[in-house]
Amino acid sequence: MASLGELERAVMDLLWETQEAVTANTLRDLLAQRPSQGEEAKELAVTTVLTVLSRLEKKGLVERERGIRPHRYQAVTSRAEHTAELMHEVLGTATDREAVLARFIGSVSDGEAATLRKLLGRD
Amino acid sequence: MFWTSYFLALLAVLLAWPVPILLSRARWPARSPFPAMVLWQAVALAGGLSMIGAMLVYGLEPLGDNLVSGLRGLARILFSNGSVDRLGFWHVFALSTAALLAAHLLFTLLVTYVRIQRQRFRHRELLHLLSSPDIERPGTVVINHPTPVAYCLPGGARSVTVLSDGLMDLLEPAELRAVLVHENAHLEQRHHLLLWAFAAWRSALPWLPTSRLAQRSVSSLIEMLADDVALKEVDEATLIKAIMIVASGNPADDPAGAAGEGALAEPAADSVAVAGRLSRLVEPQPPLENARRGLILAAAGLLLAAPTAVLVVPGLLG
Repeated sequence: MASLGELERAVMDLLWETQEAVTANTLRDLLAQRPSQGEEAKELAVTTVLTVLSRLEKKGLVERERGIRPHRYQAVTSRAEHTAELMHEVLGTATDREAVLARFIGSVSDGEAATLRKLLGRD
Repeated sequence: MFWTSYFLALLAVLLAWPVPILLSRARWPARSPFPAMVLWQAVALAGGLSMIGAMLVYGLEPLGDNLVSGLRGLARILFSNGSVDRLGFWHVFALSTAALLAAHLLFTLLVTYVRIQRQRFRHRELLHLLSSPDIERPGTVVINHPTPVAYCLPGGARSVTVLSDGLMDLLEPAELRAVLVHENAHLEQRHHLLLWAFAAWRSALPWLPTSRLAQRSVSSLIEMLADDVALKEVDEATLIKAIMIVASGNPADDPAGAAGEGALAEPAADSVAVAGRLSRLVEPQPPLENARRGLILAAAGLLLAAPTAVLVVPGLLG
């Protein structure tokens, strides 16, 4: 069966797509319907889905509506916002970033970017 | 013992101030980045060693003729309740400062490591959810973002190179290859270890302006080293074009970055690094002659050997 990491990704993809709160049962059914998954995915237990959801909840990616049962789960923020957050880490100018990852090119000033674009004939 | 501490103090001052400034202004590192990188490491290591060594030797002076007998005397005082009378105030002060500085440097190294690892872990986790693996290129993932970005996230077997949609749309296949070879060179040559060490050096000694100079120079040298690896697979024109395209799509106008205090100085440094990289590609200079490279590497070795020898050899001979 797929690793927890893969399942986390599949669950987040579904939550980002549906954009509404769903139950673990619904998620399990949606996961089983996905075309890329083989027979194994259909045997996915609801408890496995719940494990994945609680891991995602701990990471602050998923929130659950308490109060009514069964609990409904939804993504905390959209995929685009998460991507923007990640890119901010990459493009940001914090000194920490320099040691965390190695960027192909650092940021240049607006003026220099414009000059480069002119040289490339893109403006 | 007395002269040893003076020699080490002089060396520490030279390595903390004039030497890094001269080295950061020199033009030859662009021609031969590798020996320059070795020299920077030697300067930082020997600088730290002589700083601590000078104070240690000065403080131990009344206890013995050399480091070994001095340390033995110190151990007697600390563990066997020997008399402290032989040590004056300044000796105790120097010894405490040496111990604190050594602990501070090691601790900062550790803290920086943990902080970097934590950020990388978190980044990798989000990346895993947001990116899709590139089928044609193992170890590479693609993220859905219009800004042309390429970077690598080191992490042993989990090292990954990240490309954005925006980058793949803008670059020709050969230019993309230049970018990938460049990023892969960072991972293969373990540049993240250098970045870690010099980031720690900078946060340990923020009052020493040359620690920032060292970090800047090292970051720009690793880019040159990675460019040189890329040049083995693509020609200069292709790499130049790739750098120009990516740089032109990366103006430093992200609102959060510009709003932050002190953030304004950083893009300028990045720009300088980009300009330096481009100019050595546009007008390639021959690498330094073997003799001069050998001389630089020998100087780096000597820098490390000198404080070590001054500290240890008299003890071994005595």
